[in-house]
Amino acid sequence: MNNFNLNSAKRKKNERIFKYLCQLFTWMSLLILLVLIYHVSIQGLHYLNLDFLNNYPSRFPDKAGIKSALWGSTWLISLVFILSVPIGVASAIYLEEYEKKGRLARLIEINIANLAGVPSIVYGILGLTIFVRFFALDRSLIAGALTMSLLVLPVIIIAAREALRAVPQSIRHGAYALGATQWQTIYHHVLPASLPGILTGVILAMSRAIGETAPLIMIGALTYVAFIPESVMDPFSTLPIQIFNWASRPQAAFEEVAAAGIIVLLLVLLTMNATAVLIRNYAQRKYRW
Amino acid sequence: MVVNNPVLKIHNLNIRYGDSLAVKNCSVEIEKNKVTAIIGPSGCGKSTFLRTLNRMNDFIDSFSLDGQILFDGVDIYDRQSDPVDIRRRIGMVFQKPNPFPKTIYKNITWGPHINGYKGNFDNLVEGSLKGAALWDEVKDRLNESALSLSGGQQQRLCIARCIAMQPEVILMDEPASALDPKSTAHIEELITKLRKDYTIVIVTHNMQQAARVSDYTLFLYEGELIEYGITKNIFTKPDNQQTEDYITGRFG
Ligand SMILES: Nc1ncnc2c1ncn2[C@@H]1O[C@H](COP(=O)(O)OP(=O)(O)O)[C@@H](O)[C@H]1O
Ligand SMILES: [Mg+2]
Repeated sequence: MNNFNLNSAKRKKNERIFKYLCQLFTWMSLLILLVLIYHVSIQGLHYLNLDFLNNYPSRFPDKAGIKSALWGSTWLISLVFILSVPIGVASAIYLEEYEKKGRLARLIEINIANLAGVPSIVYGILGLTIFVRFFALDRSLIAGALTMSLLVLPVIIIAAREALRAVPQSIRHGAYALGATQWQTIYHHVLPASLPGILTGVILAMSRAIGETAPLIMIGALTYVAFIPESVMDPFSTLPIQIFNWASRPQAAFEEVAAAGIIVLLLVLLTMNATAVLIRNYAQRKYRW
Repeated sequence: MVVNNPVLKIHNLNIRYGDSLAVKNCSVEIEKNKVTAIIGPSGCGKSTFLRTLNRMNDFIDSFSLDGQILFDGVDIYDRQSDPVDIRRRIGMVFQKPNPFPKTIYKNITWGPHINGYKGNFDNLVEGSLKGAALWDEVKDRLNESALSLSGGQQQRLCIARCIAMQPEVILMDEPASALDPKSTAHIEELITKLRKDYTIVIVTHNMQQAARVSDYTLFLYEGELIEYGITKNIFTKPDNQQTEDYITGRFG
């Protein structure tokens, strides 16, 4: 024992300092969030009522509502979900399970990681060129959804790959040894076991899609829409665009309307995340090793 | 060594991982409805050899082989051979128990289900669990997760899952090495029971276990087949000095 300088007192002190430091930072970010919510609530709560949800935008603050933007966002997020989740998960399955791990695989991997970091406005330009102009989809919902899907695909692919990789190899081998094909193994064992991880990625991706503004403005989403979109070819607005529009008006009252819009956006986001977390926790309970 | 009724005939088998030769020029015949043990020090190629017999090495990118492995007279590495079909007929039990994170019942029925089994699943589950000496312990909790079982029970469930497919050959890679002595005894007892209906090839680093459960023993050393013969002979009067050194514990 003589060769050890245990230095217990000092190590314990360091331990405590580190713990409190982490605690402090955690509380700090929470506090900032609370201050934000408090501030927004003070400003916007008195505008938040059923009329606000049911009215179209107006140039009078008291009549202004968020109906078209709320519906626009709902449409957009549903379309993005339908487009990006199957493609993203399928790509992840291909890259992780089928493709031979070689130089090409690494190249693709690096590229997808880079794509996840490309500024969103660049996706907007891409969407404008390809979907709006080349495919002549105009300023439609589907053009917006396709652009937004491109934006969130890398996030979904990366998360889904991580989740697939986390499934123990022994499970796959167990299935193969019973005369299962690769698809049967993936469909019955690997996918269900990686579902919680995949859902985490989907939550992140959808949260990003619902809050993202720049690419939609780029492709020409409207700031004033007095109707609910009825097909994917209709023009649209979304919550963040509407909020941005209100916030940039000169009248002070519109700042409060914007705050009310922010509350709605936050509520939508929270509901979405809570649902996904519930599903994920349910799936996680079923698969543990 | 020549056996009377071989199911697997292996001729001049070389197995490589990239450039390194893991099994060298091996020729062996495995007898039907007998237990063949593969022994040898760690890293000598036992698992490699075993996994090659039902094409479980296909998933390793650097793996390659030459030589022949005839199963029922057909080369399992022939272009026309379907690995999925071979694994259905040659089952495998792994070193670490790997039940599916599903119910006990589903663990048994999944293999037969995906392979289009037409019979009664309840009977199949009961029969397989009885065959693996697990029925009495789990018959009241078939719908509980397989992960709630102990390690030894999980391994017997894996054996039950394997025999539910009614394979012709069962490959076992150190099936008891992750288990406590009592579970090990259970598994050994089970193997001696299963030899009536199945051809079993078992890898083990435990010499007493090989002596207790097997009819034939195959000694591998650094990828080379050193000696193959009737277990009793190998353990009492081996022909080869290296075999003797190994089983008497002088190395490995
Ligand atoms: N997946 C693999 N890739 C490359 N080399 C491997 C792989 N698996 C095993 N080997 C090598 O092959 C040799 C035999 O290994 P293995 O069959 O696992 O031996 P054992 O089961 O007898 O302990 C060892 O030298 C090992 O390093
Ligand atoms: Mg091994």
